Amino acid sequence: MNETVLELTKIVKRFPGLTANDNVDFDLKRGEVHALLGENGAGKSTLMNIAYGIYKADSGDVKVNGQKVEISSPRKAIEYGIGMIQQHFSLVPSFSVTQNVALGLKELGIVPNLPKVRNKIIELSKKYKISVDPDAKIWQISAGEQQRVEIIKLLYVRSQIMILDEPTAILTPQETEGLFETIREMTKNAASVIFISHKLKEVIEISDRITVLRHGKVVGSVKTSETNENELAKMMVGREVIMKIEKKPSKASGEILKVDNLHVMNDKGLKAIKGVSFDVKGGEVLGIAGVEGNGQRELSEALYGMRDYKGTVTVDGTKMKSGNVMDRIKHHVAYVPQDRKADALCGGLSIYQNLFIKAFSSPSMKFNPYFFVPERLRVPSLRLMKDYSISASSVDLEVKFLSGGNMQKVVLAREIGNSSPKLIIAVHPTRGLDVGAEEFVYNVLLEQKAKGAAILLIAGDLFEIFNLSDRVAVLYEGQIIGYSQPDESHLEEIGLMMAGVKNENPL
Amino acid sequence: MNQDIITSTLSGALRAGTPLLFATLGEILAERAGVLNLGLEGMMLMGAFTGFSVSYITGNLWLAVAAATLVGGLMASLHAFMSITLRVNQVVSGLALVFLGEGLSGFWGHGFVGMQAESFSSIKIPFLGDIPYVGQIVFDRDILVYMGYIAVPVIWWFLYKTTAGMNLRAVGESPEAADARGINVVLTRYIYTVIGGFFSGLAGAYISLAYTPMWVQNMTAGRGWIAVALVIFAIWDPVLALIGAYAFGGISVLQFSFQIIQVPIPVNIMNMFPYLFTIFVMLFASSNKMKKRFGAPSALGVPYSREEKT
Amino acid sequence: MKIHFEKREKKPSTLLIFLASLLSILIAIVFLGFIILSLGDNPLTAYWQLVSWGLGTVPGFIQSLVSMMPLLFTSLGVLIAFKMKLWNIGAEGQFQMGAFAATWGALYLFPHLGNPWLFIPLLMILGMAAGALWGFLPGVMRAYLGVNEILSTLMLNYVAIYWVNYLTYGPWKGAHSYNFPVTAEFPSAAIFPQYGTGGLNLGIFISIAVAFFVFYLVKYTKLGFNLGIAGDNLRVGEYAGINVKRMIVLVMVIGGAISGLGGMAEMSGVLFRLQPNFSPGYGYTAVIIAWLARLDPIATVIVSFFFGVLLVGSQQLQLFMQIPSSLVNAFNGILLFSLLASEILLHYRVRWVRL
Repeated sequence: MNETVLELTKIVKRFPGLTANDNVDFDLKRGEVHALLGENGAGKSTLMNIAYGIYKADSGDVKVNGQKVEISSPRKAIEYGIGMIQQHFSLVPSFSVTQNVALGLKELGIVPNLPKVRNKIIELSKKYKISVDPDAKIWQISAGEQQRVEIIKLLYVRSQIMILDEPTAILTPQETEGLFETIREMTKNAASVIFISHKLKEVIEISDRITVLRHGKVVGSVKTSETNENELAKMMVGREVIMKIEKKPSKASGEILKVDNLHVMNDKGLKAIKGVSFDVKGGEVLGIAGVEGNGQRELSEALYGMRDYKGTVTVDGTKMKSGNVMDRIKHHVAYVPQDRKADALCGGLSIYQNLFIKAFSSPSMKFNPYFFVPERLRVPSLRLMKDYSISASSVDLEVKFLSGGNMQKVVLAREIGNSSPKLIIAVHPTRGLDVGAEEFVYNVLLEQKAKGAAILLIAGDLFEIFNLSDRVAVLYEGQIIGYSQPDESHLEEIGLMMAGVKNENPL
Repeated sequence: MNQDIITSTLSGALRAGTPLLFATLGEILAERAGVLNLGLEGMMLMGAFTGFSVSYITGNLWLAVAAATLVGGLMASLHAFMSITLRVNQVVSGLALVFLGEGLSGFWGHGFVGMQAESFSSIKIPFLGDIPYVGQIVFDRDILVYMGYIAVPVIWWFLYKTTAGMNLRAVGESPEAADARGINVVLTRYIYTVIGGFFSGLAGAYISLAYTPMWVQNMTAGRGWIAVALVIFAIWDPVLALIGAYAFGGISVLQFSFQIIQVPIPVNIMNMFPYLFTIFVMLFASSNKMKKRFGAPSALGVPYSREEKT
Repeated sequence: MKIHFEKREKKPSTLLIFLASLLSILIAIVFLGFIILSLGDNPLTAYWQLVSWGLGTVPGFIQSLVSMMPLLFTSLGVLIAFKMKLWNIGAEGQFQMGAFAATWGALYLFPHLGNPWLFIPLLMILGMAAGALWGFLPGVMRAYLGVNEILSTLMLNYVAIYWVNYLTYGPWKGAHSYNFPVTAEFPSAAIFPQYGTGGLNLGIFISIAVAFFVFYLVKYTKLGFNLGIAGDNLRVGEYAGINVKRMIVLVMVIGGAISGLGGMAEMSGVLFRLQPNFSPGYGYTAVIIAWLARLDPIATVIVSFFFGVLLVGSQQLQLFMQIPSSLVNAFNGILLFSLLASEILLHYRVRWVRL
């Protein structure tokens, strides 16, 4: 039990502009679950990507079973018995489950014996009680099932060291429980598991030991039995985790957003939102909780006019046209999308251009379309940069060189600082941000609420919802399954709803 | 009389379709690995020139074919280096290959215009060649046409049935997944880009050594571009590529048949048909739904880097 | 050993970009030298022939300007689309369609219009309209049906070329052409004012004016600003309220119109009659020019002129040294490759890593 199977010493990894791992030490013993805990951007995934040969460390040693090794590629890692389930699954969508498991196996020969692989998958799924359909195509199955395929892949090659990167982000509480059972089953069979997470409760439930990373450095390593949530949180953030967020009671005014019987399709042409109705009043924050992939993306895009829908969306008394963004902008709707790099920012353009992306669509701006000098935007941009404390060397810097927090501030400065929104749709607004930026985002949103804006907050993190919302609705499989109150005493109730258990007495 | 025309049209379709088939098959492999090579026209021209000149100088047809194939692969390796290692824009790199092929073949080929060289002639296959009508059309052709017949099922089997084929498809569709399973994405892409070049070189050689045995500047006349379009027409499937290539070959020879039976459509209007037809096909083959269903290489044209995900 | 790329943290400066472009031209010249050597010719004499006429003599200089004109039009045509990352390589077809439409107007629609002040603008509109149509079709197919614009523009090039061939070999063959496939000559009122006998004509000045217009368009208008956004990230374009689909079509139409105008100018200013193969692939060279000019309209003027010099020079080369003029294509290919490589060096730091 005390034999060390993996040992990382003094790992350093730099990326342009940041040190992701700064002299990190980490070790894993046979049969244990060792959790790697830290905020977003603390360097957890980077460290494990080094162990799996995806990244190359700038310096530092890796030992497997006491032997110093050079893991230059995933192939090498697999040879050393290391397996990893990344946040973005490594599956080929058009392949069947069996083909995906077979992919890259050494024993295949010229013509792969797929029936043999299939049989072994069935055998493994029985042994570990993991339900998968070996003949299904990946693009047809749910995210939870895809994760089970990834686990089967590790079991198939008898990985002794398994790295799971934020495995619960896409799971319901029930599925998470199932995953934990599988993990326990695996450690019983002498496998060791590294469990990457930023969720304290989970880490305490599943792990034997916990190592906390902050800003690329190890803060400390503790036995799970000898610690508690408070201590861990302090280690993670570096100070007492009391955010200076003042949530005043809601002084709700009239209805700003009214959604009635909304139906939206996803990219695959399947129903993602199935008849959702709700409303948000001015000066109110409605939090929409739910496990990711239950229609959040489709809901937010439809509301902002980037996706067609059936049903009615009314903003401040005006009925919106389906799939028409201009309509939203004209009616002072601000949108903070979930993937800011892909959906809200032009990485190759300067900060000032990004701040004025809506120069010709926002009703609060009047520019001459036939003679427009973009350079004149520099001055007002400087003011916005100051107001939103965007730290960058100049307004001309390309946005792709900014940190995640500063990128989000650019989005907020444009959507909120540049106009006075009546409705703000914010999706995972603090994802990937550190605590400081997180606090900033919360305060900006609450300030707008105080000014009377209606805010629709779609988030996966329940504590984010608790911090900001006045009411909570839970989205499950494209429907609002119930409402609840945003405080910890309702945590269990909300958790059950997130898993699809209906609330008996909806508010 | 009419029967002769039908026979000659159909056999002409096979002959005209063969270079299209080779180039399309090669490009299917390259694109399946995720590399878009628009330079087929340039590689084919260099193949045609090399094949002809080697045949002229040595008189050895097989040496000529081998040289042409090799030169196609060499040009493709330039594209591979640019697009896989340097990760430049694949569209522009492919275009550069076309310029290079046109320029070099025109420059070096200048002295070969009007010359005569060894060329392939038809070989009748015993028994099969005696089947009425069919035998005459299908089994009384030159050996390169036969190679085309064989290449299709071989590549089909390779793509869908073998481990290497599975790896290839994974690399083109989801390089991250392939990499995470220890498949060498860069090497795979290099290999199939170069193999694609081999096929283009062969296609060029067919034109200058069998189809119209001579050397004329720019003699591929846009066939490389048609092959690029045929890949989409075939939704990256070798069997559909066969159908497409011969159909397009048919359209291009139809003009001669129409002239003989005096269908009053001018040659130049007939010449437009393959191109118009390609556009027409793309209208249907381009929808995302179609692409998803048939396993289009979704990483096509996207360079892969392990550490940098943009 | 393994090559390792690291993204540079800063945007390269203008000077660095200029130096890199210069270096790629140099590299291309060196490689070209080896190719010329391969046939036993002296590269230095060849280079001298290539540039001395165009840059060293007045008639050569004017000829270079005349050759620059179609290149400049088509380069500006593709440039606008490239700004939006639309790979429009249909300038060739748009150019040919512009020439077709101008010929149609000049010889068949209103051949007896005597007033050049009316005639020439009319032909310009016709040429632009035909080019615009040839841009509109792939634009619509791309925006609304997702058809790859590289292939559709390319296929339409061939359609346009065969269309011109059909007309010149068939119904439009001129009465006095001695059975050559050329149309009759344009009426004099349909011809651009000529200055001197060297071929200098109004079209050249129009092409430069268009370059400044495109400069204004991309730099100082709403369209240009939105082009930058949609060109960087199409989804953000949508997010900002830009009708991205309509913009794709618009951009293709504007680009097509400019190339079409080029075809018209080639007819009214230089050739005065339509004939097959009247373009030695201007529309394809345009792609290189736009790329070399890094999509800057003013730089495009200079680069186009440089290519005009090369084109004129390559004819000299063929005439005096019997070196095939397709050499220029090889040069273009090599140049494009070295440019692409330099692009990478500008944005990445390359290191050799020992494994």
